Amino acid sequence: MINNSRQRIAWFAWALVLVASLAAVRALNQQALGGVSGEEGGADGRFGFTLEESARSLGVDFVHEGPTFDARLDHIMPQVASMGAAVAVADFDRDGWQDFYVTNSREGSLNRLYRNQGDGTLTDVAGDVGLADVNRRDTGVSMGAVWGDYDNDGFEDLLLYRYGRPELFHNEQGRGFAPVGENAGLPRWVNANSATWLDYDRDGRLDLFLAGYWPDNVNLWQLETTRIMPESFEYATNGGRKYLLHNQGDGSFEDRTEALGLTSHRWTLAVTAGDLFGSGFPDLFLANDYGVSELYRNRDGKRFEDVAQDAGVGRSPKSGMNASLGDVFNDGRLAIYKTNISEPGVLVQGNDLWVPKAGGSGSIEYENLASALGVDLGGWSWGAQFGDLNNDGTQDLYLVNGYVSAGERSSYWYDFAVIAVGHSAIIGDAANWPPMKGRSLSGYQRKRVWINDGLGQFTDVAQVVGASDTHDGRAVALADLGNRGALDVIVANQRGPLLIYRNEVAPDRHWIQFALEGAASNRSAIGARVELHWNGRVQAQEVSAATGFSAQNQRRLHYGLGAASEVDRIVIRWPSGRRQTIERPQVDMQHQVKEPDGR
Amino acid sequence: MAGDVGVLAPQAGTPAHRPRVLSLENRFLPPILITLILLSAHLSFGVLEGWERTGLSIVTAIGTELVLGRVTYGKWLNPASAYISGISAGILIRSPFLWPYFFCSFISIVSKYVLRLKGRHIWNPTNFGVSAMVFLAPATVTVLSIQWGNVVAPMVVIWILGAIITWRVGRAHISATYVVSFLLFSFVRSALTGIPWLAAVAPITGPMYQLYIFFMVTDPKTTVRPVWGQCLVVFLVAFVEMLMRLAEIVYAPFYALFLVGSIAMIVEIWLDSRRPPERANSQQLSFDPTPNAQSAR
Repeated sequence: MINNSRQRIAWFAWALVLVASLAAVRALNQQALGGVSGEEGGADGRFGFTLEESARSLGVDFVHEGPTFDARLDHIMPQVASMGAAVAVADFDRDGWQDFYVTNSREGSLNRLYRNQGDGTLTDVAGDVGLADVNRRDTGVSMGAVWGDYDNDGFEDLLLYRYGRPELFHNEQGRGFAPVGENAGLPRWVNANSATWLDYDRDGRLDLFLAGYWPDNVNLWQLETTRIMPESFEYATNGGRKYLLHNQGDGSFEDRTEALGLTSHRWTLAVTAGDLFGSGFPDLFLANDYGVSELYRNRDGKRFEDVAQDAGVGRSPKSGMNASLGDVFNDGRLAIYKTNISEPGVLVQGNDLWVPKAGGSGSIEYENLASALGVDLGGWSWGAQFGDLNNDGTQDLYLVNGYVSAGERSSYWYDFAVIAVGHSAIIGDAANWPPMKGRSLSGYQRKRVWINDGLGQFTDVAQVVGASDTHDGRAVALADLGNRGALDVIVANQRGPLLIYRNEVAPDRHWIQFALEGAASNRSAIGARVELHWNGRVQAQEVSAATGFSAQNQRRLHYGLGAASEVDRIVIRWPSGRRQTIERPQVDMQHQVKEPDGR
Repeated sequence: MAGDVGVLAPQAGTPAHRPRVLSLENRFLPPILITLILLSAHLSFGVLEGWERTGLSIVTAIGTELVLGRVTYGKWLNPASAYISGISAGILIRSPFLWPYFFCSFISIVSKYVLRLKGRHIWNPTNFGVSAMVFLAPATVTVLSIQWGNVVAPMVVIWILGAIITWRVGRAHISATYVVSFLLFSFVRSALTGIPWLAAVAPITGPMYQLYIFFMVTDPKTTVRPVWGQCLVVFLVAFVEMLMRLAEIVYAPFYALFLVGSIAMIVEIWLDSRRPPERANSQQLSFDPTPNAQSAR
């Protein structure tokens, strides 16, 4: 009798506990979705900034078009031809205004180079300077581009990477671009979605890293076989090879990939370079689709060592699509943001924010704080950039997403999930993939604009500040197009319009910018690290080439200062190793900083 | 509520010529197998995002089982079945958050104590826990949906080991019936939808199904007693799964077992209640030997 009573009471107690647990699960799920919603009727300024889409009023009417590959891929064409919308920012004519290059991908389509007229308008000059007609069946179609002054003549040159032949264009004093041709020594065919410039050996010349996605021997227009797909959804190593091309200083490049230890054949979608181990040499982070990330530690410019596993960033395979660096805690440590896939009800990989546990030299272990900081769930995420959008002194995060927006009421996700779990013999053959039949795959997604409160929390304010588009975003780049002390946002959408969000920041917030020019270092100053000290805080940024997905921000570094009207100092560590300190630079202005002589 | 928490107890209807089913070593085979699967998968391919997630699941399951068992029955129960529940939840659940690993295990174990009819479980606990998580938290929780590496050999080894162990504990007919049914229905799905047959059959090549086939559909506490009934139920599970897959429901196997398994249990319990008391009691006693025998997981 006692036992029966005891068990009956216990049953009621456990029943209550079970119901409460189920309710808690539901509540936690809702809480994780986060985000700030606003009233309809336009952006509001409660977060210190608003974004207004202004492409057409600035003179930009670009719409990306996708390629059409071999007919045997017709049934999944929206997937295999799902990339190519890219944007790279640079002041190519050195007039003090940020210009940008956008890529197109349909065979015969034209890329565009938008020259910033400085009067609030942008004009396409790609045809005039020889950078428009670059998408041909025989050479392949554009997947992205990255600027870098490889010959140190003071003008940014352009590397165009394709599903096809990579091509280097020399900047002729800002008046035109000349193809460097085969003398450059670039590989004949690379199916690449990412590339970057870096001076890996600190010899003062920019070297080139180029990452294949599909294997080099795949011609997507003329398939020899349909067995071209990844051998696994998360463990594939049958992707394209990588190239680290050393700048010989005579306009040519030498392939030193294997000698330097870069033997990966993963499906790389994004690469960024930065000094992550405090050695002064740039390391490489690769965000790989269908697998783990790779973190190549630069050993004194002599070899690269993959330390991703030990560092913690290469243990969990996901679908990496973005690589960007940001000092999210204002403590001088650069965190790595890598995007992945999150589709409610099917696949929730979550994005990764890898934050180093300890700074300085020696081994570093990273921990993924994306969930803790609230930047993990971003849909089918693509490009993302760190930047202080509201000039409050912290690095915010702008994310674009969406894979294939087709039928609004039909989804390919079930079929995608079925094939994704298949063994390599099944998933590896495109013929086994169920046809898409006009269905969407994570389409029409809402973007994320996460503002950083500086205390360890990011809040998505996209819908209330004005970033309300639902295109299939790929690349996003940040640039102060109006030289106003505010980071505008340029978004390249796959098979969609190029968007330019003009950023209107509250006028009481201060800022400062630094445009660096190397002397002993590479002239683009790529790899330079700048620490800004103000108001008891410090924020580190590095000058980089590629960052995000198929994107490049303006090289000029932008810092928001909040209400502070003074800066204590900046400390620059140039790629050459020289250190420079500038005391009390004036705020609310751009500073041109040339690398000094001596040590 | 009865104190029937244990592992792989003999079943009414289980052939009498398998006395080894009762032997001590057999009780530990499933936990050993699932541990080997986890260790080999993680050490080979790094399938876990970190030990802390699976560890949290296991600790939560065992801790919950011990506390609830102690409070409810006044005894420390054998944690073997909770271990399997915890490790299954830790492998099956995928989420960037930690809390789902806790709640999946916790809900699984608590459900064993709450969702009972005439002293018997209605749902396989892990099936209930996983189904609840993916239904209630779709934005943050999914289930394992990838291959572990690209190598055939480990997969074949797991299939062979799993087959041997389920045979030794007298459950191989359930796993075999399910596999055959799935393959049969994959032809039907392929014919009806026009997708390649290899795509239709692809899911069963993944590790999620290995856990499902060897540890979930075979659960002694949540399967009916007659061998023919077990085969029929698992056939119906595969059939309902096919219908759900035709409706493009991603978690079809879990929901199908959730529905069919519980209905089958309720029907059997109802039939038991209509039988003469002696016969029903005798069957119940043979099913429910000691609190420390094996359990549902």
